[in-house]
Amino acid sequence: MNVEWYIVLSSLLFAVGAMGILLRRSPIVILLCLELMLNAGNLALVAFSRMVGNQQGQVFAIVVMVIAACEVVVGLGLIVAIFRRKLPLDVDELRELRG
Amino acid sequence: MEAVLFFLAALGALGGAVGVVAMRTPFYGVLALLVHLFSLAVLFLLLSSAFVAAAQVVVYAGAVMVLYVFVVAYVGGDTESAWEPIPGQRFLAPLLGAAIFIELSIAVLSSSLIALGTHGPDVPAGFGDPAGIGKLLLERFLLPFEASSILLLLAAVGAIVLAQRKAES
Repeated sequence: MNVEWYIVLSSLLFAVGAMGILLRRSPIVILLCLELMLNAGNLALVAFSRMVGNQQGQVFAIVVMVIAACEVVVGLGLIVAIFRRKLPLDVDELRELRG
Repeated sequence: MEAVLFFLAALGALGGAVGVVAMRTPFYGVLALLVHLFSLAVLFLLLSSAFVAAAQVVVYAGAVMVLYVFVVAYVGGDTESAWEPIPGQRFLAPLLGAAIFIELSIAVLSSSLIALGTHGPDVPAGFGDPAGIGKLLLERFLLPFEASSILLLLAAVGAIVLAQRKAES
């Protein structure tokens, strides 16, 4: 398979993730869509790494995985904290920080 | 053979992604993300990066998804009632998604990257195996490696602080 197929698939996945963030309002689903976008980035990194025949892009992808894991942990911690305080799990309702 | 595998995995990845966006119950969204992640692991294998594929399955499908399932079960992932109140955004969002896709495709495909339209160079047999990646991580990228381990520690501490039960006052 040509490398550009992977790149186009990756941009398609990124677009789907971005669309999901705009569409959904449950913070859990928004986190899931963030995962989609990070994974699309990972796919592009690995595809480019294959394209130049260099393993360094794969190290980048692994670091992105670490960042994604951190983001999930903190995000889910926030969701649990929101749930504990009996606040609605809806990003349209949680707007105290809006300027 | 490779093309068949690619299209199957691409279909799985895309279907999983659309499932995450479209499923109304968060629990089904998590399951759709699982399909997506496994398909991505297959794609990584096709790109001859075995270690990243293994890490994808172990870290994501193993650890992160378990975390998601726990939190969805704890919060009680109720079916979202969110489809009505944002009529404008509901039509705008797919439009913006399509715009991002077209823009990214144009940006990448019209760029003059050398290996675009080819397989990429032939790689040696050990390309992307744990030995090569580990050597890179511990020699060339030692500092980012240590920095990301500190970041993981900070995230763990932060999650504990965020989610701990407040002392009753």
